[in-house]
Amino acid sequence: MKRRDFLKLAILTLSGISIKPFAHLFTKPAFADISIQRTNKGLPRWAMVVNLSICGKKDGCTDCIDACNRIHNIPRITNPKHAVKWIWNAPFDRVFREQSFDNMNEGLRKKSVLVLCNHCENPPCVSVCPTKATWKREDGIVMMDYHRCIGCRYCIAACPYGARSFNWKDPRPYIKEIDKGFPTRTQGVVEKCNFCEERIAKNLLPACVEACREGGLIFGDVNKEDSEVRKILSTRLSIRRKPHLGTEPKVYYIL
Amino acid sequence: MYDRGKIITGIIIFLVLLFIPFLYNFITGKATYVPEPVIGTSEKECVESKVFMRTDHMKLLDEWKETVVRHGVRNYKARNGKTYTIDITGTCMECHTDKEKFCDRCHNYAGVEPKCWNCHVYKKVAGR
Repeated sequence: MKRRDFLKLAILTLSGISIKPFAHLFTKPAFADISIQRTNKGLPRWAMVVNLSICGKKDGCTDCIDACNRIHNIPRITNPKHAVKWIWNAPFDRVFREQSFDNMNEGLRKKSVLVLCNHCENPPCVSVCPTKATWKREDGIVMMDYHRCIGCRYCIAACPYGARSFNWKDPRPYIKEIDKGFPTRTQGVVEKCNFCEERIAKNLLPACVEACREGGLIFGDVNKEDSEVRKILSTRLSIRRKPHLGTEPKVYYIL
Repeated sequence: MYDRGKIITGIIIFLVLLFIPFLYNFITGKATYVPEPVIGTSEKECVESKVFMRTDHMKLLDEWKETVVRHGVRNYKARNGKTYTIDITGTCMECHTDKEKFCDRCHNYAGVEPKCWNCHVYKKVAGR
């Protein structure tokens, strides 16, 4: 190549590149740009406190569980292998295995404890998901994108709390009345509690918290110093499930 | 050329067989068939322009899906300046009430099977 040709080409290339920043002046996006519409809301950290001295006082109360099942279109499948659960009750010695011992208070040992997704600070389910169908939002909620879930169930294996369920079959026939406000799921995806992110977006409390008339469930932003959860956590002794794993659950229990 | 007769007859038979479906559709008038979706609303404008929605609604819905699920943003500011709630059941199907007559007519014609309704809910029109 001649020196002259090289210079010509170089000038042409550089002038071509220099047009790029102004290219948007000549084209229009197909539809309004969504990234501009995103608002920076500050960063809350949602957490829940289950007060076990109040919860379960009323024998066999399932108000919170029923409310969640109803608004999230959770199927009622009797076969435990296929059952789908977002929030449910389990005996204390199963939930807090490392806190249970031989001669402990029998009432407490058999007490039913409310369990749900812990929305961990270090969620193992997120680390293993190969498609990023589950991820931790900026406000700490561990979300599921059912559109993207391929049903590999790695997350079910990774979750130390058994908080995730797989849809082995089409859930629709098992839903008594479909709530139009929330989609159902489809066969072949994993699902779990979403901390009612669709209600939080509307400034509402999670359905379970709202349904509990005894005040046994407290929900709020731990980053806010005057929030009720923050006050309870800073004044009372609370326990979390399997803290030694380092997942940092955001569902706390007070006895 | 050997066996000219056989080869040419063979080619003609092949061509006739190949074009039978086209001829059939042409004679029965199916070739000019155009699906007629029932819009289901007297509203003059959709979220975006009519032309855009007709050709690119799937791109918009895909973008909407990402916006709500991945970014937690539930409002869409359209180019006409109005803000819409991103909700396929609440916003789209509020106007286009009849899924069978609105969505399915074109989708069936085009041979596409979107999986929206495996999970998302739409109002069943009475009597069907």
